[in-house]
Amino acid sequence: MRIVEKTQLMTATEIDRTVQRLAHEIVEKSGGTSNLALIGIRRRGVPLAKRIAQAMRGIDGVDVPVGILDITLYRDDLSKVAAQPVLQSSDIPFTVDDKDLVLVDDVLYTGRTIRAAMNGLFDLGRPKRVRLCVLIERGHRELPIEASFIGRGVQTSDTEIIEVRLNEIDQEERVVLVERVP
Amino acid sequence: MPFRFGHMLGIEPLSAEEILFLLDQSKPFQEIQRHPLKKLATLRGKTVALAFFEPSTRTRISFATAAARLGADQMNLQAESSSLKKGESLLDTVRTLDAMKPDCIVMRHSSSGAPDFVSRNLPLPVINAGDGTHEHPTQALLDALTIRDRRGTLDGLNVTILGDILHSRVARSNIHLLSKFGCHITLCGPPMWVPREIECLATAGSAVRRVTRINEALENADVVMTLRVQQERLHEPALSIDEYILQYQLTPERLRLAKPDALVMHPGPMVRGLEIDPAVADGPQSCVLEQVTNGLAVRMALLFLIIGAETSSERDSSHAAD
Repeated sequence: MRIVEKTQLMTATEIDRTVQRLAHEIVEKSGGTSNLALIGIRRRGVPLAKRIAQAMRGIDGVDVPVGILDITLYRDDLSKVAAQPVLQSSDIPFTVDDKDLVLVDDVLYTGRTIRAAMNGLFDLGRPKRVRLCVLIERGHRELPIEASFIGRGVQTSDTEIIEVRLNEIDQEERVVLVERVP
Repeated sequence: MPFRFGHMLGIEPLSAEEILFLLDQSKPFQEIQRHPLKKLATLRGKTVALAFFEPSTRTRISFATAAARLGADQMNLQAESSSLKKGESLLDTVRTLDAMKPDCIVMRHSSSGAPDFVSRNLPLPVINAGDGTHEHPTQALLDALTIRDRRGTLDGLNVTILGDILHSRVARSNIHLLSKFGCHITLCGPPMWVPREIECLATAGSAVRRVTRINEALENADVVMTLRVQQERLHEPALSIDEYILQYQLTPERLRLAKPDALVMHPGPMVRGLEIDPAVADGPQSCVLEQVTNGLAVRMALLFLIIGAETSSERDSSHAAD
């Protein structure tokens, strides 16, 4: 099986503009940044959450706290993944009780990652509200989960894979659509 | 990069890299002990058999709690009530347990090598929770986690182990583990409890020295591990309790000979006033309770890695890494 690149969906500039827009949207819909906190889902949700927080500082002049969530322990498919994932630490240096949380991830697909993330969050406390922000929404949901803030919606088939590549992790900056060919 | 663990029979066959991987994987579980809600569903539907052929309170409760916090169910076998008393062989007992389809067996036994024997006869991952005078790997791992948290590293530390080294599986596992990181290990206790042969346990290149005078043993130590003195063993070659206390008890005055921020550790159960002065046990350098909490994290990590790996791919028969 090979993986071939089909198209580039976003350039570095487009990713940056989208992140700026998402930051504005979240501030607007939240009526400001007080009580707001972002939770980046490992791995690529983390740099995205940090970038959104940085953009918010430019808008509101306030530092919105950013937490990191590792969902490995909350997955429902541990026995199905070939190689067991390496556990990493979550790092949420604030109480989530009564917070207005925005979960941040790169791609929304089946919704199972978000289900796992919410289980993890609720082990930490009782947030006032939880919303979801994703860079790419690609359909094919298996759970009743939708994003509140979407960078870009993309029609895909389920043999296609969306790869968000970010400088902090991948040493390059773009979003590509790839496909598995037998 | 990630390692796979088919069994956990002892520290001796592990590499330093595998040990560091286990300690790193314990970190997320340390956080979970601080969560308001500590129960995960990660191993839901899995069963851990706890087979304690030798009485144990703290290790059994720790493993049971670790399994519960991962969402796994448990089967419990305790020596006092087991059919071993009725003459059943070890192999028959564990085969019976296996027939109830657990996903892993955690066992303690008074005979050294019993978990190894079981691992070679059952198609099931085995975790050694202490066997005879051989090894107690999870204790050494939780000790290492505690030391690394407090000191930032394991490399090249001066570690003094006090007490009955000869009969201690905790000491053996710790010597194996610490010597893989180039620690300078000093063993100290009555001569009959610190035999020369114990020096062979260390990995080549690491220094183990035996010292009979406690003041000399404590000098410049980064870590002081005290072991429980089993009073029934004091009779072996005659040594009175009073004499042991006089010569080997870890007192505040003696502890001053170690580095000012030296850690004081004890695997429990601790006998205050015998091997350790209460002022030291409760003092700022003591990490005895931290060890207990870290024990949960290490055991959760092991159960997660062993049972998770078991279901996700074919198991290899040893501790070997990928």
